[in-house]
Amino acid sequence: MPHHVKSQALSHLRICDFTGQLAGAGATKFMAAFGAEVIRIEDPTNHGRWDILRGMPPYVDDRRGPELGGPFNNHNVGKLGITLNIKTEKGRELFERLVGISDCVTENFSSGVLRSWGYDYDRLKELREDIIYVSNCGFGHSGPYEKFKTWGPIVQATSGLTMSSAIPDQPPAGWGYSYMDHTGAYFMAMAIMLAIHHRNRTGEGQYVDVAATEAALTLNGPVLLDYTVNARPLRREGYPDANHSLHPAMAPHNIYAAKPIPGSFDEAWIAIACRNDKDWHAMRDVLLADGCDWAANDDYGRLAGRMAAQVELDARIGEWCLSRDPFQSAELLREAGVPANAVQTPEQRIDQDVNSAESQLWPTIRQTEMGRVRVDGIPAKFTKTNWSMTRGAPVLGEDNDYVYGELLGLSESEIAGLYEEGVL
Amino acid sequence: MTTNPSHGMMALDDLRVLEIGDERGAWCMKLMADMGADVIKIEPPEGDPSRQYEPFVDDEPHHERSLFFWYYNTSKRSIVMDFDDRSNAETFLKLVGTADVILDTNTYDPVGRLGVDYQQIMSDNPGLIWCTITNFGFGSSRDDEPQTDLTLAANGGFAWMNGYDDHSLPPVRGGGQQAYHTGSNYAFMSILTALLHRDATGVGQHINVNINGSVNVTTEAGSYSWLVSHSTVQRQTGRHAGVAPSMPSQIKCADGRYVNTGIPPRRPAEFGLCYRWLEDEGLLDQLPEAALLLVGAELESFSLADVFRGDNEELLAIFGAGRAAFDLLASKLTAYEFFTKAQNFGFQVGVIHSPEEALEDPHFVDRGMQVKVEHPELGREVIYPGAPYQLTKGSWGITRRPPLLGEHTDEVLSELD
Repeated sequence: MPHHVKSQALSHLRICDFTGQLAGAGATKFMAAFGAEVIRIEDPTNHGRWDILRGMPPYVDDRRGPELGGPFNNHNVGKLGITLNIKTEKGRELFERLVGISDCVTENFSSGVLRSWGYDYDRLKELREDIIYVSNCGFGHSGPYEKFKTWGPIVQATSGLTMSSAIPDQPPAGWGYSYMDHTGAYFMAMAIMLAIHHRNRTGEGQYVDVAATEAALTLNGPVLLDYTVNARPLRREGYPDANHSLHPAMAPHNIYAAKPIPGSFDEAWIAIACRNDKDWHAMRDVLLADGCDWAANDDYGRLAGRMAAQVELDARIGEWCLSRDPFQSAELLREAGVPANAVQTPEQRIDQDVNSAESQLWPTIRQTEMGRVRVDGIPAKFTKTNWSMTRGAPVLGEDNDYVYGELLGLSESEIAGLYEEGVL
Repeated sequence: MTTNPSHGMMALDDLRVLEIGDERGAWCMKLMADMGADVIKIEPPEGDPSRQYEPFVDDEPHHERSLFFWYYNTSKRSIVMDFDDRSNAETFLKLVGTADVILDTNTYDPVGRLGVDYQQIMSDNPGLIWCTITNFGFGSSRDDEPQTDLTLAANGGFAWMNGYDDHSLPPVRGGGQQAYHTGSNYAFMSILTALLHRDATGVGQHINVNINGSVNVTTEAGSYSWLVSHSTVQRQTGRHAGVAPSMPSQIKCADGRYVNTGIPPRRPAEFGLCYRWLEDEGLLDQLPEAALLLVGAELESFSLADVFRGDNEELLAIFGAGRAAFDLLASKLTAYEFFTKAQNFGFQVGVIHSPEEALEDPHFVDRGMQVKVEHPELGREVIYPGAPYQLTKGSWGITRRPPLLGEHTDEVLSELD
């Protein structure tokens, strides 16, 4: 240490980190990118595999194993890694010393796991008076579902996000991934930093209970107020309709099939949104220039007319969209002032969109076993303490010497002894 | 008007924040305001555009009745300032001098229109944190393009991930302006990061947040499958988009509503629990394969890969029996019953609630997710969704109903004298 030049934004903070997967690991990944010293604790008895992502695909090559999981690397960039068997007496003693020199303890176990090891907030507070303890679990640490288990899709289902992602007359499409593992991690990062600011002001630590389902529930606000104020539920005939826009009302507003791009997938799609009458008039002129005389219909000139005729409008625009590849039509529309984009594939948005390179969104890091790999960066630039990512996720016990030696002051022979006893 | 008059100190109640922007930043500012920051929303004379957004109270369009505006502007104050009137520059600079944080979305451009100097502002206010949220990041070659939440969700990767097994159906955006939310989430995390740095050093800075970038790094395997192995995931109904197709995970229940089963029974103990559940419901005789569940319960552990290899017919049959058991149970139970009963047996399944059903679910009610806010002008008390996180000290609260247009102009300006 230090392994590289770090951001100074959070370099004064140390996090004793039990988080895993994405819902927890994503939170401390963000803070590590800004220089926080995040010490990831892993169990040596099962090679850290309580985090199931450790060995999960994708892989960089034919090798497999707990050091080679692509998702684990992506979510744990820049963290330190130690092994520690917390079921042993010496392991507990070392953990307790580590808490004593940390600002925060973070975890996203199922409810009650850390408590079952003897470490609730009150115990952690005995180890360090101003400790901040942040837990993140699906339903939180109280209430009828406290013991229920979740992962991203279950969080999304129970909070309304899955249902609100659908088109009419179809079952829920939901989110095709764990949106709420990412976003739950964002709320966890906010909660950690809010608690640190509170401590900076008052000297007090605290316990924070993050429930990913509740964070998710706050992400459908206008729909919820339409229900609590106007008694209009989203579960009603013809809804939800996620590709249309009611809040605010816009039309046309949809995702349309486009002409596939040779050499790419056999499907291609374009998203188009007319925000107002001005956008429609601009789009109308593009359509008229292509011989779509129907676009001149005066009924479409005003929003109310377009909302009322949205289904037929979609069908006609859909025909027009099939005539070009989606990048060509999107550019044509944007030049006329109308919001439009291709539904980009991962390759298109990562390797072909100029914005990815401009914003240095996909840094290449070096992970000890995997070698050089690109990862998700941070979509923000700071003028004074910008983020950095150069080191990948830790391999098991990669930082034992630094943490136990330099931070806790153990000698080389003491550390060697701990390995022999199965503590590390 | 104050909702939680009992709340004491709040984590951010030492901060004065100026919000100069549109709906793209309003969520970030609500998150700050509901943690106690004094967020002053500077609106143009005609009001923030989202005051004209549906839905309206009783469906009556009016700039004080937009529920969209209400949701995103709780706990804030509103002042009106015309940036086309350069005589406001002095007042603006005075206001900036009282601010800890400025959030702008590059919509109203106070620097250009009022003729104030950004560099001068930053050097006169060395602790100031100025955060800009734009579609592609301020200064990007794409940042002047017209975009909306939908088109950013398409460009940045959300849409590619969401949809149906039937690829003649379009990709789905995901409800609720989540592209804008994700940009705002990154903005708030970034502001807090800069704030902690300022707590330690006194130094502020500018932060440039990119909504398209925020969407791009919020797609889980969509991105890392490409980054790590140049493979592309494809959308599937109600479950993770995958490089290879996976099994369905949504079941329609007796009441026509759906549950997400995650991964169906696959461990020996789970086959035993599945059998017991059928027994509890009196359904054993309706499932000819039920005996296989008991065989499964006695197995040594196996992995899903063992099943999908397809060469062990007994394993396939046992696994199939588990799925058939879930299908049968779902056909006899409501989605909510299936969810709670399955979870009580330890199965990780979820009822697919609509947002309003979630708000009324007994668990979330118990956890305080319904928060009442007085709207005296309308003689109503309105239920808002509650806290996204539960801090035990300096905690969350809606301190004011959303402001009327310019409600606090005189109050705020008089504080400057």
